[in-house]
Amino acid sequence: MEQLLNDFSPGLFAMQMLILLILLFLLAKFAWKPIIAALNDREEGIQNALDAAEDAKKEMENLQADNQKLLKEARAERETMLKEARDIKNKMIEDAKDEAKAESSKLVAAAQASIEAEKKAAIADLKSQVANLSIAIAEKVVREELSNKDKQVKLVESMLGEATLN
Amino acid sequence: MVAKKSIKFLTILGIVFSSLTTFAKSGETSEKGGQVSTPEQINDYIKHHLADSHDFALFSYTNDAGERKHVGFPLPVILWTSNGLTTFMSSEFHHNDDGHVLVEKNGMKFAKIHSKIYELEAGASAVAFDDAHHATNAARVLDFSITKSVFGMLFAGFLMFLGFRSLAKGYKKGAIPTGVGRVLEPLVLYVRDEIARPNIGEKKYKKFMPYLLTVFFFIWILNLLGLTPLGFNVTGQIAVTVCLALFTLVIYLSNGTKDFWAHTLWMPGVPVILRPILAVIELVGFVLIKPFSLLVRLFANITAGHFVVMSLIALMITLKNQFGAVGSTGISLVLALFISVIEILVAFLQAFIFTMLSSLFIGMAVEEHEHH
Repeated sequence: MEQLLNDFSPGLFAMQMLILLILLFLLAKFAWKPIIAALNDREEGIQNALDAAEDAKKEMENLQADNQKLLKEARAERETMLKEARDIKNKMIEDAKDEAKAESSKLVAAAQASIEAEKKAAIADLKSQVANLSIAIAEKVVREELSNKDKQVKLVESMLGEATLN
Repeated sequence: MVAKKSIKFLTILGIVFSSLTTFAKSGETSEKGGQVSTPEQINDYIKHHLADSHDFALFSYTNDAGERKHVGFPLPVILWTSNGLTTFMSSEFHHNDDGHVLVEKNGMKFAKIHSKIYELEAGASAVAFDDAHHATNAARVLDFSITKSVFGMLFAGFLMFLGFRSLAKGYKKGAIPTGVGRVLEPLVLYVRDEIARPNIGEKKYKKFMPYLLTVFFFIWILNLLGLTPLGFNVTGQIAVTVCLALFTLVIYLSNGTKDFWAHTLWMPGVPVILRPILAVIELVGFVLIKPFSLLVRLFANITAGHFVVMSLIALMITLKNQFGAVGSTGISLVLALFISVIEILVAFLQAFIFTMLSSLFIGMAVEEHEHH
């Protein structure tokens, strides 16, 4: 202990204190403060950059999800549109078929009606012509028959013979 | 830029060499022989090394003419004497360390005994010693010399300032440091994230960063300088560790919160009778034991490290008779190498522990307690 106390040099102690104080002051002012500030700035910068990257990633994910949603919606819409179109087409075909059927049946009916009318007219015409013709024939026949008495009697007789009373 | 640097380097080299040669010329006296061979001499040599010294000796040798030559450079001696400030160069003592060479300045005589400078009483012409080899007619003076330790501290401070200034400047150019800053930055981060933050707390650590960083690098660099053949033993000087511990003490006492003082002086939740006793224990712990443990740990570790390394190197001499020159050199080399590697670890470890404990004590003082 005595040795230790003897070794203790007050002068060295004072010099050490002086040097340490000056060193502390100089380093604090010119080295430590700027270094620590720079390190903090850098760490903050890195943290901010990381946060920004994280945010960007999240945003990207959101965007992708949105896209996916939109795509899905678009697909669904297309699906419904197609379905609608198909339905409309089918309906149109159906309608057209019905209409055509109705039209054709109408036509057929009209045709039948007109055929009937024609037929009736033709029959009527034929009847009147036949009547006229038979009258003309009958007139000629009668005129001839009646030109001589024999024949007239014969006719009456034949006719009477024909017209047997039954 | 490179040219400027090399010119600076050459200038420094020139100054060093010119002072080396003049010193070599002036140091031609004293210590005939000078070889260290007996265990007692080795012990003295180690003790001499462990003490602070007033000149910067690199090595010494005996030339063909049998003169002892010392290579190194002198450092200024600055004394506060009974007559005021006195300065001279340490070369005036001619490497004498037992009080036989007297330096006369301003009408006072000075002698250097075991690395301490004594002022002789008026009228005395030689140092008189008593049986215990204490000087009887001389008194120690306040010695503000630029001793080897002070020189080492200035050098370490210079290195730190250069290195960290360049790191600080580097950040102006970009967020990623270049050059030496690339090595220093992780160390700064280490002190911040492993020492200051966990021990002091996220809120308050910033205020103490300059002190912790300064002390950490100061101690580490000085510990490492002590392992170089330049032979610094700065952190093994008790005055230096006392000063460092005192700084920590002042910092944590002056930053103690109201809670800290309340818990130290009047511990809540403890029977009133016990409180004064606890206060004494706590106060002694904080004011005496904690700084004392800091200063003794650093001092003892570094001193012991130097002692062990030098003793192992000295095995080369002490084992020469048993193992021969080659054998003893080999043994000493292997062991010294092994311990030196450990000492490199210790150099870091002691800097780490000092900073760590400092921040722990600061953390205790600035802690805000939950109110029960």
